[in-house]
Amino acid sequence: MPQRTPQNQRPHVVIVGNGMVGHRLVDLLRAQAGPDALKVTVISEETRLAYDRVRLSAHFDDDRPNLSLATAEGYEEQGVNIAWSRATAVDREGRTVNVTGRAGEQTLAYDALVLATGSFPFVPPIPGRDAAGCFVYRSLDDLDAIREAARTARVGAVIGGGLLGLEAAGALGKLGLETHVVEFAPHLMPAQLDAEGGALLKRIIEDMGIGVHVSRATSEVCTDGAGRVTGLAFADGSRLETDLVVFSAGIRPRDDLARAGGLTVGERGGVQIDDRCVTSDPAVYAVGECALHGGRVYGLVAPGYAMARVAAANLLADLGLSGPTDARFTGADLSTKLKLLGVEVGSFGDAKGQTPEARSVSLSDNVRGTYSKLVLSPDGTRVLGGLLVGDTARYGDLLDLALSGTPLTVPPETLLVPPPGVEAPPTSANALVCSCENVRTNTLVEAISGGCRDVAGLKKCTGAGTGCGGCVPNLHGLLQTELRRLGEIVSNHLCEHFPHSRRELLDLIRVRGYRTWDEVLGAHGTGLGCETCKPAVASILASLHGEYVLKAEHAPLQDTNDAFLANIQKNGTYSVVPRVPGGEITPDGLIAIGAVAKKYGLYCKITGGQRIDLLGAQRDDLPAIWGDLIAAGFESGHAYGKSLRTVKSCVGQTWCRYGVQDSTGLAVRLELRYRGLRSPHKLKSGVSGCTRECAEARGKDFGVIATEKGWNLYVGGNGGVTPRHAVLLAADLDEETLIRTIDRFLMFYIRTADRLQRTSAWLENLEGGVEYLRGVILDDTLGLCADLDAAMAGHVDSYFDEWAATLADPAGLARFRTFVNSDARDEGVQWVNERGQVRPASPHELIPLPMAGGDD
Amino acid sequence: MTLTLTPPSAEQTWTRVCALGDILPGTGVCALVRGQQVAVFHVAGRVFALGNRDPYTGANVLSRGLTGNAGGTLKVTSPLLKHAFDLETGVSLDDPRVSVPTYPVRVEGGDVWIGSAG
Repeated sequence: MPQRTPQNQRPHVVIVGNGMVGHRLVDLLRAQAGPDALKVTVISEETRLAYDRVRLSAHFDDDRPNLSLATAEGYEEQGVNIAWSRATAVDREGRTVNVTGRAGEQTLAYDALVLATGSFPFVPPIPGRDAAGCFVYRSLDDLDAIREAARTARVGAVIGGGLLGLEAAGALGKLGLETHVVEFAPHLMPAQLDAEGGALLKRIIEDMGIGVHVSRATSEVCTDGAGRVTGLAFADGSRLETDLVVFSAGIRPRDDLARAGGLTVGERGGVQIDDRCVTSDPAVYAVGECALHGGRVYGLVAPGYAMARVAAANLLADLGLSGPTDARFTGADLSTKLKLLGVEVGSFGDAKGQTPEARSVSLSDNVRGTYSKLVLSPDGTRVLGGLLVGDTARYGDLLDLALSGTPLTVPPETLLVPPPGVEAPPTSANALVCSCENVRTNTLVEAISGGCRDVAGLKKCTGAGTGCGGCVPNLHGLLQTELRRLGEIVSNHLCEHFPHSRRELLDLIRVRGYRTWDEVLGAHGTGLGCETCKPAVASILASLHGEYVLKAEHAPLQDTNDAFLANIQKNGTYSVVPRVPGGEITPDGLIAIGAVAKKYGLYCKITGGQRIDLLGAQRDDLPAIWGDLIAAGFESGHAYGKSLRTVKSCVGQTWCRYGVQDSTGLAVRLELRYRGLRSPHKLKSGVSGCTRECAEARGKDFGVIATEKGWNLYVGGNGGVTPRHAVLLAADLDEETLIRTIDRFLMFYIRTADRLQRTSAWLENLEGGVEYLRGVILDDTLGLCADLDAAMAGHVDSYFDEWAATLADPAGLARFRTFVNSDARDEGVQWVNERGQVRPASPHELIPLPMAGGDD
Repeated sequence: MTLTLTPPSAEQTWTRVCALGDILPGTGVCALVRGQQVAVFHVAGRVFALGNRDPYTGANVLSRGLTGNAGGTLKVTSPLLKHAFDLETGVSLDDPRVSVPTYPVRVEGGDVWIGSAG
């Protein structure tokens, strides 16, 4: 632990500038040295503290985010002093810095000084550049000024076609201006792209309606008599009419304070620093865009953050507040992948092929609008860098290759052109099992004979099942079959915590009368459980006792869907599906659902099961959403549980000229009867009013088709990964017999099926098949029917709406808060508008834009 | 409201996030600690704190995962694609190259405090 220095002898660090990097430095210092060990003063000449400049353009969004990174209160809590001033001079001998600002002129003594003064936008020295209507794109104040000017402007032009220039063009577009980009170089993004990539980017951007003018040297900003911008004149004599000009032609380091103080600066500017981020004066450090390291000024935030880390470590060591450190900044990778105006652009390594004798392969696809290029070592064996425009899906893999320098094992062109689509071989022996990861049966069989003994092992070894997970049941089946073939004992254990199958466990729980997880685990399990056995036991307890699943003793067992009574979606939000029995809904019901969707900004979609899916609900809105839905007469649709989902129906005899029975009426009755029934797998059903089968009843776990004489009952069908048609169990039943038969079928399945086993797989594995099933549930060959009937009657009688119960449980509602200690929302949830509704932003749409592309 | 405490000469800043009783045994909650989403779990009588972001999907959901053990390892399984993470180290049980950050935890007088280094 560092020696405590007496209060009056605390070392004092003064940081000039409070941009993103300066702020990061403050945080890093404070994390390692409290206020009584180190005095920290920040000099900020702007009226606001650090904000997220990378997301600057979000300032023009409708729902403008708060970009602040620091607040005065936060600094006060951390014991950081703020001088709202401009640093005017440094006396390195006396270790003082003069400032002038709100509190007049002051002299601050320092033990260590850090320059984090950043950069200023470069405005080329052309006549008229100061005219009214000329702006730079750098700070929130700049953006406010541009927004104000855009109100009365029609056309805007950006000078500079680099990263930030294109971002500025996008911002002018957002403000509704006809937009032009003017670039001095022969193509856009000259720092990152080559001529061909730049040309493709130009075409794509022009297709968006933005004018692109390359190889244009602006010679003058033209003005009217009042000194307002009217256009741009170019060296080649051409002209562009515009009402507003934004300069975005690069940045220059702000090194005036360092210069005046006699510190070493670069020929083209920038405060010279060594690998320790120390300037030519050992008591002065510099970080971020004002610093020159290895002949380079970095205009990206990531290298600035890296410098802040290094400077903090060395500064604390130099002040004796920590032990020696070997923290060094040795340069930064400038690879970038971003989405500019919706165009994906990636650039990494030696993208422009500047290595002597480097070779390259490139592919330009005019149809897809993509361009990709790899720069290779002279012998063609290693990737040095590359460019991707229009499609950056392969960016990560190619960047890895470039960074690792791994010798290529395939011809380089195959890295750009995916190998021709490998079609399934003529026999289905080597069928495609996992389409996400393109894994076939042979690979899996090899892995199993090579030692994989469980699904987790197969996933790790082959990658199968690691994408959408839809093939995991098939992996399980394949594994069992293969192991049997290899003559090995196949374990039916639920998981490492229970040496029993689901069916055995259900029998144990039923016979012994356990009601809680603790009882079951204590009597038959080991350890703490896992994501396999916990939901399985929760399902068994719910099937047997029908208790509220979120009772405190059951809540820790529920997987997220059951825990929040909603379906989790890819970005962590939930979908809400109110029950619409049989798909029958009143106009008032439709309006009520629509009103809820509108109120909470939810995406609407009609599901395959005749319901309305409301997607994008934030966890903490769920109770309010359900409050509104319940008030409108709806109840939980159990779309989240392993339980009955829907009973789909056609309009039947009531409306249809072919219908022979009231299929809708029956569907409503069945759905209400079995709602909330927990089962090993989700259950779906359908009722068709005639053999035309408009409800697709034979694709369901149990399906009913009307005949002239009554109802035909089919069981064991499903959609999903392996679709199956249901088989006829009984024909021409009257409604009461039909319902009694379904009751018994469902209960027998629930009590005997394995974990996550669909009715189709269960029926297939049932020794004696459908004949045996008929014997059990129609002829009562096992004498179980009374028990099965009683179990279903118990379920029907004990049904209650889980959402109504949840809203009545104030303690349980606390679980729906996003944060236990804050009312904030998850900032990771971001939306994009598509076809008039929201959808989750894709990862590449979340990638923040880097700052201006350096001193290039 | 969060309360931030900066103890003298300590390397961590400690933030009180909730009472231990606010976390149902065997489950997690999410806390906001100096702008970071931290998943806080109460498992086997101990408290663990990991980053809330599932690195496989990019969604902030780990606090909603099911907890349990695999052999001697205490774990939490992401609710999205069921990737499991070691509660003590934050390392993925599916791929040791992938991990989530961990945070120091103190339980004092029934309150849960999370340390952060900025």
